[in-house]
Amino acid sequence: MEQQPPNTDLTPVTGSATDVAPLGRGGQKPAHELTADEDIDAVEWDRLAALADFKALLAAKRRFIVPATVFFIVYYFALPVLVGYAPRLMAAKVFGVVNVAYLFALSQFFVAWLVALLYVRAASRFDAMARAVVDQFKARPR
Amino acid sequence: MSPSLVMFLGFIAITLWITWWAARRNTGSNAYFAAGRSLTAWQNGIAVAGDYMSAASFLGIAGIIAFQGYDGFMYSVGWLVAYLTVLLIVAEPLRNAGKYTMADVLAYRLSPRPVRAMGALSTLTVSTFYMIAQMVGAGALVSLLLKDAGLGYETAVIGIGVLMIVYVVFGGMLATTWVQIVKATLLMAGTLLLSVLVLRHFNYDLGAFFDAVGHVSYTDAQGNRVTQDFMTPGLRYKPPYGALDLISLGMALIFGTAGLPHILVRFYTVPDARAARKSVVWAMAIIGCFYILTTFLGFGAATIVGRDFIAGNGGTNMSAPLLAQALAGDLFFAFISAIAFATILAVVAGLTISASTSFAHDFWTNVLHHGRERREGEEVRVARVTAFFVGAISIAIAIVLGPNANVAFLVALAFAVAASANLPVIVLSLFWRRFNTAGAVCGLATGLASSLALIVLSPSIMKAQAIFPLENPGIVSIPLGFLGAVIGTLLTREPEAERKFAELSVRANTGLGAERAAGH
Repeated sequence: MEQQPPNTDLTPVTGSATDVAPLGRGGQKPAHELTADEDIDAVEWDRLAALADFKALLAAKRRFIVPATVFFIVYYFALPVLVGYAPRLMAAKVFGVVNVAYLFALSQFFVAWLVALLYVRAASRFDAMARAVVDQFKARPR
Repeated sequence: MSPSLVMFLGFIAITLWITWWAARRNTGSNAYFAAGRSLTAWQNGIAVAGDYMSAASFLGIAGIIAFQGYDGFMYSVGWLVAYLTVLLIVAEPLRNAGKYTMADVLAYRLSPRPVRAMGALSTLTVSTFYMIAQMVGAGALVSLLLKDAGLGYETAVIGIGVLMIVYVVFGGMLATTWVQIVKATLLMAGTLLLSVLVLRHFNYDLGAFFDAVGHVSYTDAQGNRVTQDFMTPGLRYKPPYGALDLISLGMALIFGTAGLPHILVRFYTVPDARAARKSVVWAMAIIGCFYILTTFLGFGAATIVGRDFIAGNGGTNMSAPLLAQALAGDLFFAFISAIAFATILAVVAGLTISASTSFAHDFWTNVLHHGRERREGEEVRVARVTAFFVGAISIAIAIVLGPNANVAFLVALAFAVAASANLPVIVLSLFWRRFNTAGAVCGLATGLASSLALIVLSPSIMKAQAIFPLENPGIVSIPLGFLGAVIGTLLTREPEAERKFAELSVRANTGLGAERAAGH
């Protein structure tokens, strides 16, 4: 398998000047030498979608995003639900006049930031997986 | 000349200079609609925050908290948490699969013309709602502020409208973005300063501050003097329907943001999905800090200025500027008002550019002319003309309406429409293979129609005879939007849309074939 330069993009601006001059060889060009127009036509979306690594990427994303989304939605709606239906609990004072309702509302900000940070960490893993899938796809003979 | 007028003019001069600078760089559609996709993550993040922290956030939330205490803080919470929906579900796929508008993503798999026509309609509806809120805020602000300078409400609204048209028509996305960045920075600085001054008023004693919040007295509608604990929920949302209304509001807030056209278009201005993600995180950091500080703005206005004084001097929307006046005098009042003015101007420009982009790109080019520009640069020209009309129409509406309702509440209605119409179809088209054109059109139509109908039937419009008991339509109209999309899909078959799901999925998840930054 041929070593690919990192971050090679399959599809630069359509219609732009090619970044690689035609070399005059016969037969198929290697993937990284294709011009933008040749390349866009050549991406077989279905073939890429069928790669095991692509499915693994989708599964990995799902494993993070679905529970994270469910969690933040449940945590968020707990606030209006409790404020609406358990007013006595929410009005309970913690220190001074500061009550459970206010502290719970304040906690939402920190929870949201935490979920965002965890996602960013997970997403850099997804980026690497996506890069690997694309590289693998480009390296395969058509 | 009054100090407020000087500061207004100063801000206007800066933004016009930005527009002139950006206009020289606007070459072609990519530059005009998406700032050449060349913004960095932090620039776009601040601009997202700027687009988001509108008059509703600064004037509106401070006003609701000042008048109804804790319940107003629920807006702050919802508006931040909403960004998780954007971050986890929408931002990256949108950047990878779209070009200029929300409808681009839908059009990938689905039959482009009906989907784009409906997408443009809902974009224009949401933007108009949002714009009305901003204009009302501007009206309230200006009629209070510049009355000494001899500037009436109407003159001021026309002035704002003309400026916004200038930014958008000449500066495009690049100028709009930089106006947002300047404004967001000013807004954060002003909010921070105001919060510190509130704390100084209480000798930097948080305990004393919250103590005062626990005993706010004002004159109620019957003319009785009452003292209430403003930390207690339920001053705005009262039984029997208050709890449901609060949940309904929450749904609109956290699902609406991911369907707001002027926020979604921002993710096209960065080079790739990774930068889009990072810009959401930047925005969340800024927006979160801002909304936490609304505690001080709102409760500060309630305790230091007092409800009665605010009600007699410009109404709820003026709570934050009046707080500034009470704390540090007329000059600071002018400074905070100039910031509020800048906020409105910037958000209105952002709304106008997303609305005119959608009209030009979705409706003009793709619906009427089958995706082809007949002449080079036609799309940009159409967008400029549209921006002019959007501006003119919103000036007219704002003058007809005048400054009355709370702007945070008006904006919440725009969120409800966005959450009911746009979000269901965006999510389903990204994640449901079977989803098709009929489903998208049906979902957009039911979401749009049901949220608008419920707003008309609600107490906010029909007052005591309201048929629908809640102020916020989201709890009914968001499920209806999803239901419409699902039923429309299941009633028809569209093998082509299902076949192209693989392509959309690959594009959305790998960034393969995504629109590139200019000059790369």
